[in-house]
Amino acid sequence: MRSASTIDAFTLRRRPPAEKFTDIGFRQLTLVLAGSVAAILLAIFLTVFQGAREAMASFGLSFLTSSSWDPVNNQYGAFVAIYGTLVTSLLSLLIAVPLGVGTAIFITEDLIPRRPRELIGLMVELLAAIPSVVLGLWAIFVMEPVIRPVLVLLHGLLGWFPLFSTAPQGPGTAPAVLILVVMVLPIITAISRDALNQVPIELRQGAYGVGTTRWGAIFNVILPAAISSITGGVMLSLGRAMGETMAVTMIIGNSLNFSFSLLAPGNTIASMLANQFGEADGIQVSALMYAALILMVLTFAVNVVAQYIVRRLSLRY
Amino acid sequence: MTVTLQPRSTRFKERVTLLYEPGLRRNRFNQICNGIAGSFALIAVLPLFLVLIYVLIQGGRLISPQLFTGLPPAPGLSGGGIGNAILGTLLVTLVASMIAIPVGVGGGIYLSEYAQKGWFAQFVRFGNDVLAGVPSIISGVFIYGLVVATRVFFEQSYSAMAGGIALAVLMLPTVIKTTDEGLKLVPQELRWGAYGVGASRFVTITRITLPAAFTPIATGVVLGIARAAGETAPLIFTALFSPFWPEGVFNPIATMSVLIYNFAIMPYEAQNELAWAASFVLVMMILAANLLARWISHLTRT
Repeated sequence: MRSASTIDAFTLRRRPPAEKFTDIGFRQLTLVLAGSVAAILLAIFLTVFQGAREAMASFGLSFLTSSSWDPVNNQYGAFVAIYGTLVTSLLSLLIAVPLGVGTAIFITEDLIPRRPRELIGLMVELLAAIPSVVLGLWAIFVMEPVIRPVLVLLHGLLGWFPLFSTAPQGPGTAPAVLILVVMVLPIITAISRDALNQVPIELRQGAYGVGTTRWGAIFNVILPAAISSITGGVMLSLGRAMGETMAVTMIIGNSLNFSFSLLAPGNTIASMLANQFGEADGIQVSALMYAALILMVLTFAVNVVAQYIVRRLSLRY
Repeated sequence: MTVTLQPRSTRFKERVTLLYEPGLRRNRFNQICNGIAGSFALIAVLPLFLVLIYVLIQGGRLISPQLFTGLPPAPGLSGGGIGNAILGTLLVTLVASMIAIPVGVGGGIYLSEYAQKGWFAQFVRFGNDVLAGVPSIISGVFIYGLVVATRVFFEQSYSAMAGGIALAVLMLPTVIKTTDEGLKLVPQELRWGAYGVGASRFVTITRITLPAAFTPIATGVVLGIARAAGETAPLIFTALFSPFWPEGVFNPIATMSVLIYNFAIMPYEAQNELAWAASFVLVMMILAANLLARWISHLTRT
């Protein structure tokens, strides 16, 4: 009697098939949705690769080193754009890294009261929220006219130097670098701030306990402890800077001719795509896809290195 | 021993006090570094002010009812509005959200609830980080090759749908990441409690875990939408542009971001002014979304 009622209770508690199917079905559904990330990534690569095949066949690796981009004669080489991508992104990081890390130190290391500190953090975050096309608009109409006298002066003083050898004429590589600085600064600041915040309090206390000054502690203890995360963040923002399109397209001048000068109009892979893809046809589309593939490989490599640095080199205390 | 120590300790006494001496070399260095860090912070904040001030002044003075109801003027004419672009941005962002949110939340659920540490989950997380790093213009090229060039949607090439899908590709990593991390924060006891009273896994996730993680997920989703609304690069050659009112999701459509790009580089005053006005509207929408996200994330803390 008793055992029968337990069995009854058991049978009552058995999961109805509908519930079971929902459970299994839901699991499979989410599995497919999670897998879609990998599928999209693969599809992006395959689509771009497929589009680029024609150009790869006809131009081969000389595409990377040739600087003639000639839609009339169907001769394409992306050297100008690749060079521009690397130069603008690296130069902008050169400026943005000290600024961003300095700002992060300023808002983590108790230099000022908490409220203004949080306010600065909030404002840097909001700067990251401003769309790049708005920054481009601002760069065209506000920033570029303001900095042009400075660039003219630079050309006058250092005109013998190849990097400043042409007279500034409005859009150019230098304004593009500056607007990229504005765009990557929030990323570097945010990541550096998180990295500095994660440095254990004991390290700071130890440093201050042996009598160091604040900047003694920062340079000798806190920054070395946070350096791997900061480096990872810098690599991530390098990837962002290389792929940044709109603001750069609007201010770089989109020149197809090579020039060493930072004051001359230049080009990047992303801005070339934004500028020409809509009107291109035939093998030009394929050449642009080839350039897109190069950009993808570059950003992919940078991102993987960044993740490797963040994961593997994170300091163990 | 004591003989050698004696003179040194007196010298020590003379030179060092416990008072703060600003003239010391290390304190001077400290002051200089403080100044440098402060000025760096000032420089970092400056662009936000300058951009906001110009957008507010240049764009704000053009705000009128006509701006929201009118169509952009033909080149050379003045007046007009950006009504179609505002509507277009809302529509394209809606399409993107309707794709990216279900897929992203579902994928995030799988990562966090079913496969915390398996190789597949790690692989998807890695892929997600890589996808987050894919330049936005590449997403446009991808959708151009996949949707626009192949004309899969009713023989239409450029369409709002294509633009929405391109934006969804960019939104997806954010949504997956915030869902994954948000669900990880839900205490394990909640799940055990649900299983304990006999709830199935599906019911536990949809009724207990997801609602408990609503705040972080909603914050991330709102930020993702705000980010997508401002994107231009993926739309230039997917959604294209249209000087007319939106004609459904399978036709080219105007968006505010592409309007800003097109009109900023035009040599006409009226178009440039509309670009500033569109910037004003776009920046206000995005800042409002950011404040909304902040508000959501503070909801549960109080």
